[in-house]
Parts: sequence; structure tokens; C-alpha cells
Amino acid sequence: MRPVYIAGAGMTKFGRSEWSLIELASAASLAALHHANLGDHRVDGVVVANMGAARVNRQTALGSALVDQLALYPAAAESVENGPASGASAFKVGVQAIASGMADVVLVTGVERMRVVNGLEGTDFVASLSHPEAEYIYGVTLPALAGMFARLVMDRYGVERRHLAMVAIKNHENGTKNPYAHIQQTVTMEGILTAPEAVVNNPPIAEPLHLFDCCAVSDGAAAVVLVSGDVAQRLEHPSIRVAGIGQATDTHAVHEREDPTDLKAVRLASEGAFAMAGLRPENVNVAELHDAFTILEIAESEAAGFFPRGQGHEALERGETKLDGKLPINPSGGLKAKGHPVGATGVAQLVELTWQLRGEAGARQVEDAKVGYACNFGGFGNNVVATVLKREDG
Amino acid sequence: MAKADELEGLLRPPAMELPPYPPKVITLASGEQMVVRQIVRDEVSVLLEAIYPLLLVERDFYDIVSARLFGELLAYKRYRVKDEYVLVGVIDGVLAGMVNGRMVDGKTGMSYHTLTIRRGLRVGSHLFAAKMEYHIEYCKQQDVLIVAESPIGFRRWMIEYPLEKRFDVQHELGGVPSWVLRSETYYRAKPRLVTGRRPVAEDLLARAATIVLPEEEALVRQVAGEKEAES
Repeated sequence: MRPVYIAGAGMTKFGRSEWSLIELASAASLAALHHANLGDHRVDGVVVANMGAARVNRQTALGSALVDQLALYPAAAESVENGPASGASAFKVGVQAIASGMADVVLVTGVERMRVVNGLEGTDFVASLSHPEAEYIYGVTLPALAGMFARLVMDRYGVERRHLAMVAIKNHENGTKNPYAHIQQTVTMEGILTAPEAVVNNPPIAEPLHLFDCCAVSDGAAAVVLVSGDVAQRLEHPSIRVAGIGQATDTHAVHEREDPTDLKAVRLASEGAFAMAGLRPENVNVAELHDAFTILEIAESEAAGFFPRGQGHEALERGETKLDGKLPINPSGGLKAKGHPVGATGVAQLVELTWQLRGEAGARQVEDAKVGYACNFGGFGNNVVATVLKREDG
Repeated sequence: MAKADELEGLLRPPAMELPPYPPKVITLASGEQMVVRQIVRDEVSVLLEAIYPLLLVERDFYDIVSARLFGELLAYKRYRVKDEYVLVGVIDGVLAGMVNGRMVDGKTGMSYHTLTIRRGLRVGSHLFAAKMEYHIEYCKQQDVLIVAESPIGFRRWMIEYPLEKRFDVQHELGGVPSWVLRSETYYRAKPRLVTGRRPVAEDLLARAATIVLPEEEALVRQVAGEKEAES
């Protein structure tokens, strides 16, 4: 396989947007292309990640639409739908195209515009990823699955609501340092947990998860430009190599898993990514985890191999995952504060890592970051893509 | 002069004696302290100044809420509405939101509007709850007639409390079929929706005494998001 590099990264501000789906995708793509500063190199391929446009925006074939909007003809165009892991899956498709020698420059763009529907419809659209006969028809939603998962993890490992709140507080704090984050608001332990008013400030969504345990529902887009080694060496900025990608699946219905608290697909995907990279979890300087719910950041930090099982919340409590900690997790604010435009999320995680590894992350820059890790968690853990990026000159 | 006073008396609706709303303080998710207090007529002008830039913000029906609230506040200031009251939420002196309503009679109240300026901290939820608290606990009313002009309002009031239909009554706001918060429903919802502490510390009250407005651009951005703020 040929080595693959990220030459540029860009995104729109996440939040609620008046822009159309393709306007969002175009804005992020242009930002990434500008960042890549490719000169005369043409874009050979475009891969667009999205989960719900066919249903929510009544639009399909987004890859073709983006090529047309940006006049990138005759670039090859694909669209990838893989639930919440669409972003990293699209990224993988782009990497494969370059690694195989079929392309030298590929634009990977994730986009979602889900605030056009109300919360009930949005929740239902995301719930359509669950098992149709075993889960969806019984009204199971993603918050419900996460609530049951949280209850099990809390019972087994002594995780408390204050630990979940710590994730929210940390990620909201990081979000205030990220101009692209949907939520630009710090929260406090008193305000969301211990004050009597917390009952209103932070109402239950799916016990034991409350409002501030759940990510924001966002519109937005993110894009990266992938290039071959030949192209990368002619560019003037630092080379960010796609060191490893791993992907793994698990049972569609969560109740069919031997141990529902074991995020097996995260574990296997991460092992695959680290093996391909020739690196270990302890080599990682910065991580972007898929904290659609606060409990997931804790559980994924263990399954990815950063902390022993059942001890993620203890590392969190020791401050190890803060911006100035041993392993900063979600410096971007994570899905929790940066927001979660589903199809864009996996790409946005890699945008953040690229900026971090290039030393361009501003107020949230992790000092001397050389290796980054991202976990894009699809379904309720039934399809996970893990990615390891490495700064080559580091 | 005497005739003018007499005419003014005819133009003004008869007033009931309303109890004052005792101020309270609420800790928000951000840890900030929001003082909720009743305003007097002299303070209406500053609220109008806050609302004015929102009159053309379509997002979440801020335009219609602002326009109607603007008129209601003017009517309150100039004695052209019966038994209106206005409560504000103030964080460190800065206006975070406002609610208003009026009394139909001793037993029934009518909720008018809830307008949040500082969004994302459930300020509207707290202020709406304060409004219901005023009607039910301080004015001792049995029912409050309520409608929502936005889906957010519908979710907050009709679903969260939950309200009951009283569709035989047309609400003053456009003749929309009314919903009602009964006293019994209020007390059932109170433990999960109505919070705040009294008395309010003197220093907090002092800081909340003079309402400061956010900068207009910041105000519109908070309400409408980046794009409309820039247009």
C-alpha cells in the first residue's frame, strides 16, 4: 500500500445553519482545499459522508452534487452512508483509493443538516440505525440505548453521575476554545448536578443520562484532503500521515452481545488501527472520541486501550483527559460541545487531529502533539472505525 | 383638564390589586446566578430597547413573539391592558429574558409571552415557571390560559408540564384554542420545574436593580445565530 497523507482540513461552524446541505459541504471542502494549498494538483476523487439527507433533506447522490458545485469534474464521486460512522468510513474509502494507486488527491467531506426537522423527527431518524425488529419497533432510541448502557457501566464499575458531569464540564470548557463548536458555554458541577436548580437545568433524558450528558444536534460539514506521498512531498506544510485505520463490527441488536458493557468493536477497531500504525495507545498524544453521550467517552477511553477497563472514570477524575492532562481527550469539545452533525462527525474528528498535529489548534492546542487517535462510533457500537494519524517530521 | 382625566379613566381598564412577586435567585447550568424579579412601569423602556432588534428575527418565531411583546409592554406602560405584570431574569445585571401575562379575573390568569435572550441555559424554562408560580402561588389563581407560538414553547409548556386542552376558550393571542395549567397540575410539576431561592442576597438584588442590555450584535447573535447577526 502507498502511504497516504492529510494535506488539508477545514470545516464549517457547527450549529444550526440556514445553508443548504451542499452549501455546507462546499464551504468545508473549500476550506480544506485552501488549507491544503495543492497548487496545480487536481482532485481525482470526492467522497461524501452523510447519514440522513435522503430522508431529512430529500437529497441523494451527494458526491456527484458536490463535484458539480465545486466544478471538480471529471473527479470520481462517491457517497458513503454508514450511520454515525459515515465520516470515518468515507475517509477510509478515500485512503484506499490513494493507497491502491487509483488516485493521488481525494477530497473527503462529511455533511449533515438535521436541524431542519424537529427533535422528535431527528431522534427517530437517528434511531433508524437500530435493529428494526429487536429495537426500533419497541421505541428504542439512541438516548435509550445509551441510558441502559450507562446504567450497566455505572453498576459494574462504580461510575457515578458526577463522572458523567465531569466529561460534560471538560468538553464544554474545550468547546469555548473552539470557534467551530456548536456550544460555546461552560457548565459547572453546581449548575448541572449539585444545586437544587439542576433538576430544571439538567433534566433527565434517559435515566441516568440527563440533558448535559447528551450531544448537541447540529448542522455542519467537515472535510479533509488526502494525498499520496508524491504529492505530499511537494507541499510546504507538515505531513500528517494516515498511520492506521481499523474497523470492526458487532451484533446489530445490543442485547445479543455477550457483555453489553464491552465495546468490542471499539477494542478491535483500535487494535487494528494501532497494529497498522505500528504504535500503541501510550504513544497517542491527543484523542477525539465519539462522546455522543458522556458515558461513551469514558467507555471508549478504556476500549481504545488508553486506560484499563473500569478505570476510565478514575483517569478522568485525576484530570488526565483534560487539555493539560496526560492524554487530552476531545480538545475540540467533542460531540458533546462541538456538536454532532452525524455524517460530518467522523471527518470533523480528523480535522481536529490534523490541526492539532500541525500545531494549528489555537487556544486548545495540545502541546507537542505528534500522534492522534479518533474513534468514530457507528450504530450503538456495532460498526466502529478507529484512525491513528502521525506527524511525520515529529 | 378634568375632562381629559375623566376620559383617561374611561380608557384605562379597571385594575385589580395584585400581590408583588418576591424576587428569587436561580443557579443556572453555567453556575451563574440569575435573579428573577418583577419590573415596574418605568423600566419598560429598557425592555423595549432589548426587544427592538429582534422584531425581524424569524428564527424560532422571535419576530412574532417580539412584536406582540413589544405591544403588550407598551400597553402595560401606558395603562391599556388589564392587570399585566412583567418578570425579568437578570444575570449580573444583564437582561437574560422576560415573561409577562395578565389577570382575566381573580381565578384565571392568562400567560402572554416568554422571551429568552440568553439561550442554551433553560432561562425560558425558569422564567415561565416563575410566571406560573406568580399566578398560582402568589395570586392564588386556579387556572392559567396558555398558548405557544413556537414549537419550542409547545414542548416546554404543553408537553413538559403537561397542560390540558381548553379548546373552547380562544386565547387573546390570535384566538388560538387555549391550553390550561390548573393549580393541581402546577403543584404536581413544581418539584421538577419550579426552582429558585428566597430571599435574594442584598448584593445580588442591588446588581439586578438596574437592567443592563447586551450589545445589540451580541443580543441578536445569541438569539438568532451567526448568520442573521451578520446580515
